[in-house]
Amino acid sequence: MLESIPLEYYLGLSAIIFAIGAVGVMTRKNAIIIFMSIELMLNAVNLTFISISSFFGNTGGPIFVLFVMAVAAAEAAVGLAIVLALFRLKKTVYVDEVNTLKW
Amino acid sequence: MNQEVFLAMPVFLISAFAVLIVVLDAVSGKNKTINFAFGIFSLLATAGAAIYTLTLQVPKLVNPADYHDIFTITKNTMVFSSYSAYFDILFSLAGILTMLASRSFISKGYHEYKEYYSIIILAVAGMVYISHANNLLMLFIGIELMSIMFYILSGYFRQRIESVESALKYFLLGSFASGFLLYGMALVYGATSSLELNVIAQFIAKNNFNATYLTFGIALLLIGLSFKIAAFPFHQWAPDVYQGAPTTVTAFMSTAGKAAAIFSFIIIAKALMPSFTNNAMRLVSTETMQMILAVLSAATMLIGNITAISQKNIKRMLAYSSVAHAGYMLMGVVANNQLGYDGIIFYATSYLFMQIGAFIVLSVLENKDSSNINLDNFTGLRKSNPYLAALMAIFMFSLAGLPPFAGFFGKYYLFLAAIQSGYTWLTIVAVISSVISVYFYIGLIVYMFFKDSDNPIAKAELKLSSVSLFVCLIGVLLFGFFPSLLMNLYAIIK
Repeated sequence: MLESIPLEYYLGLSAIIFAIGAVGVMTRKNAIIIFMSIELMLNAVNLTFISISSFFGNTGGPIFVLFVMAVAAAEAAVGLAIVLALFRLKKTVYVDEVNTLKW
Repeated sequence: MNQEVFLAMPVFLISAFAVLIVVLDAVSGKNKTINFAFGIFSLLATAGAAIYTLTLQVPKLVNPADYHDIFTITKNTMVFSSYSAYFDILFSLAGILTMLASRSFISKGYHEYKEYYSIIILAVAGMVYISHANNLLMLFIGIELMSIMFYILSGYFRQRIESVESALKYFLLGSFASGFLLYGMALVYGATSSLELNVIAQFIAKNNFNATYLTFGIALLLIGLSFKIAAFPFHQWAPDVYQGAPTTVTAFMSTAGKAAAIFSFIIIAKALMPSFTNNAMRLVSTETMQMILAVLSAATMLIGNITAISQKNIKRMLAYSSVAHAGYMLMGVVANNQLGYDGIIFYATSYLFMQIGAFIVLSVLENKDSSNINLDNFTGLRKSNPYLAALMAIFMFSLAGLPPFAGFFGKYYLFLAAIQSGYTWLTIVAVISSVISVYFYIGLIVYMFFKDSDNPIAKAELKLSSVSLFVCLIGVLLFGFFPSLLMNLYAIIK
């Protein structure tokens, strides 16, 4: 498969997905959507790892991806718990309404 | 038995204990003392194993390109140097000091749950992985394990909006930064086709890499790691998180967490800073990397110290000052010589004692909802709590870098290292910013000693925190009066 499509195309695609995720984090206000954008960024990186590993033919990439998925799952559990705790206190999930800490 | 088994013992021990203490949570019922004692014991055991490895023949921190295939059992994923062993001891010590101080503090502010201690052990496990990482995967898992535990810990007072808000901010920005870090790792992997730092260093030394991927990879890694150590311009989360989190957690995050993040900076910089200049890509030559880091470091300490001046909340003031201290420690990475890395060791040690000490004084003084830690509340503290006021004054003097306290020699070694490698302008900036920092550190002392108030903070109960405070005081004084003690110890070790 990689013989027909050059590596740069895969890397370009994952860079675009990563950028979409990063822009999403910076522009959205809903904590859940920000979190989804972060997941999008992580998955873009997974795509990079897989395509590079397939290009070089070594096994480091897929193993890394498995661990990234596990870490992302752990992060999701903790993150949703934090958002839940916030919702119980403030009845909102919008980050711009959470502003008690400032100077 | 193979010596490597003993060398890897701190990593094995802390991993085993971190799993065991979670199991203990499930079976120990309502008894919290068992978990507390087991936590202390596991950190002591880890520190003991790390001290034992120092007596073995371990290489000191060398260029990663030199240690190829030394470590066979762990398949080259871990590196064992006296430097990492020393940091293991430091992380365990920070964990112990925090746990001792936390016991009464978390029951005062909210409720004492057993899980608190498990989470601290897991965070220390993450830090130990960072200090032994020779593989990008190991480094990533260490950083993430530590960070995720910090997200949980900073939201520990879950019925308080400040605590939950700090957890949310830390979580969103921290995992955003993890994304950049991970993408940087992927591109470095793409540039050199290896995940092991020593192999990567060899590829770079042999000029055998893809320059475009490596440049972008290093840039993204720098962004991600700057987030983690709260360096300018990615420091905005630090004051909010450090202010909102429970005070003992802040003590732990801003010392051990920062030291671990600085350590990951060191290993990345050592592996990716090519030690020669005439290569295919001028963008990541040693000089350019050093210059980028020097600018980061100078901006970090200036911004941190200048913003700290206008703070009224002491916790927030210390948070901004901890941003500045990360800038000082970056100077050692900029210098990139032996004295610089030794200076980081000294600074991390002294910073650990003085910063944890200062935060523990805050934690015993603050009331149930942490609303009395503004500068005004500390007026006349010398009357109601003379010993705590004296301790706080010592820690403030040390943080400001006045002799004869440990903070002075930490700064001294780092400044010396920066001058030796030709960064005199950076040293001048650092000296100026330390002078600025004296203003707010001494300002707090003026409030405590030279002003009178009608209703000063009531006399505080110390309980187990007194042990932590005593250790911090001993550390600050001992390494302040006998700085050569630590340097000689480290010299004998290697």
